[in-house]
Amino acid sequence: MVVDASPVKETIEPGQFFNIKCGESYFPLLRRPFSIYKINDTTLEFMYLVKGAGTKYLTRLETGDKVNLFGPLGKPFSLEQSYQTILLVARGVGIATLAALAQKAAQDGIRAVAILSARTTNDLLAAQELQEFGAEVYKVTEEEGTSDVANVRKMVNQIMIEHPIDAVFTCGSKRLSILLQDMIKENHIPGQIALEEHMGCAMGVCYACVCDVKEEDAVHSVKVCKDGPVFPLEKVVLK
Amino acid sequence: MSINPNLAVNIGGLQLQNPVMPASGAFGEDMEEVIDFNRLGAVVPKSITKQPRGGNQTPRVCETYGGMINSIGIQSKGINYYLKHILPYYQKYQSPLISSISAESIDEFAEMSETIAEVPHVRAIELNISCPNLKGNGLAFGMDEALTYELIRKVRGVTDKPIIAKLTPNVTSIQDIARACEEAGADGLNVANTMLAMAIDVESRKPKVGNIMGGLSGPAVKPIIVRLIYQVYQATKLPIIGCGGVMTGMDAIEMMLAGATAVQVGTANFVTPTAMIDILEEIKAYMKRHGLVCIDDIVGGVAEPVTK
Repeated sequence: MVVDASPVKETIEPGQFFNIKCGESYFPLLRRPFSIYKINDTTLEFMYLVKGAGTKYLTRLETGDKVNLFGPLGKPFSLEQSYQTILLVARGVGIATLAALAQKAAQDGIRAVAILSARTTNDLLAAQELQEFGAEVYKVTEEEGTSDVANVRKMVNQIMIEHPIDAVFTCGSKRLSILLQDMIKENHIPGQIALEEHMGCAMGVCYACVCDVKEEDAVHSVKVCKDGPVFPLEKVVLK
Repeated sequence: MSINPNLAVNIGGLQLQNPVMPASGAFGEDMEEVIDFNRLGAVVPKSITKQPRGGNQTPRVCETYGGMINSIGIQSKGINYYLKHILPYYQKYQSPLISSISAESIDEFAEMSETIAEVPHVRAIELNISCPNLKGNGLAFGMDEALTYELIRKVRGVTDKPIIAKLTPNVTSIQDIARACEEAGADGLNVANTMLAMAIDVESRKPKVGNIMGGLSGPAVKPIIVRLIYQVYQATKLPIIGCGGVMTGMDAIEMMLAGATAVQVGTANFVTPTAMIDILEEIKAYMKRHGLVCIDDIVGGVAEPVTK
């Protein structure tokens, strides 16, 4: 979905999201959080998977229709100037937010290597867009028997041999995130994760979307909508 | 020419500039970027517990037809943090602060009320005796008439500030509970907390909220809340704050016609972050359109059927 972003005065950054009203009636009632997929000069793009009543409503919108967006919300990814190569690991629609990051990385002259995971090759999203941003893209799927954690670990190791990776970014899979937590620890590199959670207010008041983070030895609860959705990968407690 | 209607209301001694305020749990400091708190009838921070509480497991919300179920479980940083950080934050606003309290025992309710009521800018106490997410099967103090009486009585003994009891709709006769509150010395009633509810994902067979059951809110519950307000209005003289499914000014008016003096807005804040201001404007417009000068002209004004 491409929307005219000219009414948005705030700076919009990869990792942030908009809470979008997906209907005009009381069903669906709640807004749906969508991460930003592409940030263009005057437009914004969202990539969504048609899953329920909310996303079905969005498919029925036509060019010229108005959409009620609330945002930009949340904390963005941070890209350090010193990064030369970053690794993106996404599962399914989790690629949306990482595509925005790849776009920004390309603008900043940072090289991106991406591993995209999905059930089937048909479900692999945004591979071409990532390549257009100059990213080196690897695809893994259940269909081809390549998406298991052991294989992804092998791939990441191989990538790390070929290019020194300065930071890892991930979204969309708990399994892969746990793997990457291991790998960034082994390799002493930083990582960031964009979390997905059911939201109520998306403003930090209702405590619907919480997760645990580990700071030193204490575990405490943070709000995905306000304190995130991007968190340091090593700190998030993935149950 | 139309007169500017007066929206001021009084809830058991607590004077409010207008009848629109947030529902506890659906409001917080972070909303200051979206709406002007000074325009609200009152501010109501999330219920506070004595000890810090982690809250329930996620997912904590799910959507239903015309509503949502939440099972947050009163995630709370505890009373010390509340006194040190949350209450002082609201000092800069002129809208009176109603402090919502949740406790595990009657004594704890009294102890917390006493401490919190001592804070000068806390103008009233709302006793959350009705959260469905704390105990198994949604059990709450507000389901038992005798316990409710004892609880309110005890809190009445520790403060002269207005006490508002937030009732649960999950009872056979809300009138009995309302009367118990009145007899025990409450100053107002909040009708009502969320309705104990459950939803199941038929594909995964999993309950849609982590705590299995949760509280239903949103427009789907409004007709039940209107009925409860109507029943409570007949049963007691206490001012009523209607709460449950107020999405528009007309929903607020409907609750007032049933007997509410003010309304709280919860779920609507999530759908439209500026909902409370919109509702306020719609109430004003309705009053102008009907030539009503004050909220009292609406409260309890439902027309009774003509008997032959």
